[in-house]
Amino acid sequence: MNRKDILDLDDFAADEIEQVIATAEAMREVLSRPIRRVPPLRGKTVVNLFYEASTRTRISFELAAKNLSADVVNVSASGSSVEKGESLIDTIKTVQALGADIVVIRHSMSGAPYLVAQHLRGSVINAGDGWHAHPTQALLDLFTVRQRFGRLHGLNAVIVGDILHSRVARSNIWGLTKMGVRVTLCGPPTLLPDLGSNGHRAGLPPVEISYDLDQAVRKADIIMALRIQKERQEGGLLPSLREYVKLYQVNEERLTRARPDALIMHPGPMNEGIEISPEAARGVRSVIEEQVTNGVAVRMALLYLLAAERSYVRVAS
Amino acid sequence: MPAAPILPSVGRAENGEVPLPERLILSAADVQRALARIAHEIVERNRGVETLVLLGIRSRGAPLAQRLRAKLLDLEGVEVPLGELDITLYRDDLADRRLAGQIGPSLVPVSLSGRRVILVDDVVFTGRSVRAALDAIMDYGRPSSVQLAVLIDRGHRELPIRPDYVGKNVPTARDEDVRVRLAETDGADEVVISRSNDAIGGAT
Repeated sequence: MNRKDILDLDDFAADEIEQVIATAEAMREVLSRPIRRVPPLRGKTVVNLFYEASTRTRISFELAAKNLSADVVNVSASGSSVEKGESLIDTIKTVQALGADIVVIRHSMSGAPYLVAQHLRGSVINAGDGWHAHPTQALLDLFTVRQRFGRLHGLNAVIVGDILHSRVARSNIWGLTKMGVRVTLCGPPTLLPDLGSNGHRAGLPPVEISYDLDQAVRKADIIMALRIQKERQEGGLLPSLREYVKLYQVNEERLTRARPDALIMHPGPMNEGIEISPEAARGVRSVIEEQVTNGVAVRMALLYLLAAERSYVRVAS
Repeated sequence: MPAAPILPSVGRAENGEVPLPERLILSAADVQRALARIAHEIVERNRGVETLVLLGIRSRGAPLAQRLRAKLLDLEGVEVPLGELDITLYRDDLADRRLAGQIGPSLVPVSLSGRRVILVDDVVFTGRSVRAALDAIMDYGRPSSVQLAVLIDRGHRELPIRPDYVGKNVPTARDEDVRVRLAETDGADEVVISRSNDAIGGAT
């Protein structure tokens, strides 16, 4: 992989995504061993800089770095100098002076990881920025689908829910379309991006739009539900959660119309009973738990590929 | 034994490099005989094949391990468990990793605890690949012993590592390049030596 940072998937080539998937397969095998630790990042320091709450992503990155024998430092906004008013750039300068090789950042402001990447000599991995991007989630979703179907090209995916405010959806739209998956976005019109009259919005690859989930699930190989945040109702974008459940919840009744081998995915955290029913979340078609396990493998692959590339650059220069 | 003749270049050089003159060390028949002898030695030293497991180091150790397994089946009528190790994650030459190519999953079909592991590689040179493989093996359990089988020992060890079974000892200069070609990976069996124009290329 010939890059310093992983900020979004819009600048990834298909063969780069293939390389991540193939490396993640090797990492899955490492995770199945009695001793789940390999040495390639010995002596490297990975800093997890989380300005926004996160359970699975932060733990996933922490385990991934530790499984590769890196030293891991976790910094959260609360309890750090950020509370005393330190700016993002000053925090980055400090982290760099303390010897960080790779910084994993989550921030509520879209674009924050790009600013960090400009100021850090080491690598930056975007672990979610505002409504913008969550590339490692999209890569683990691609890896999970690929493991189940053995291919990506030619599959049909439906992403249902609050697309407009979802960084997971945006990165997945890029990743899926680059790998030849046809993407349909489904949800109430207030929560979908405005694609304009030609069905194509600047800044997004071509996708289809549907307001009818019962119709959309019929041809879907992948059904990805997104979390509905309760604030959306307060903000006037949803008449009521009850109406959303009635029209857009992924549940067993609706899945009777879907292909029997369709995959049910959710990036978490789930609001069970809202965007997905408990039965659908735990049913035979659900790969939601696998997504979590695969998240560690994919993040190990990314840390490894970045570190391998960076050490090469350092020696060569 | 008379020195083998310098063969005319056959245009097999990798990476589009200018083909170098190659000298044949082992022919296809020589490779077969060497493996047959190693199989006999394995059976003799271990008094059978009970608790053995064969682990080939990728890429060319893997097909060699597979062939040894077939020969052990002929000799003893027992199917010895077979695995493959990808040692990239254990290599100490981080800077050269970019040259290592795509890593893949290791395949270890049984727990190695209490087993006698026969580690198989094509060439032993500095010993660093074997060191990496030993580290990998220990992450799968505690084998009762590890024995090393190689087709070629070309000397120049940098670590205290010695093979238990050797197809052929080949005295080499450091800057020479020993290439093992196998039917499974390269179309035909042969081992050749050439003057290297890439000091890293042949390190094994």
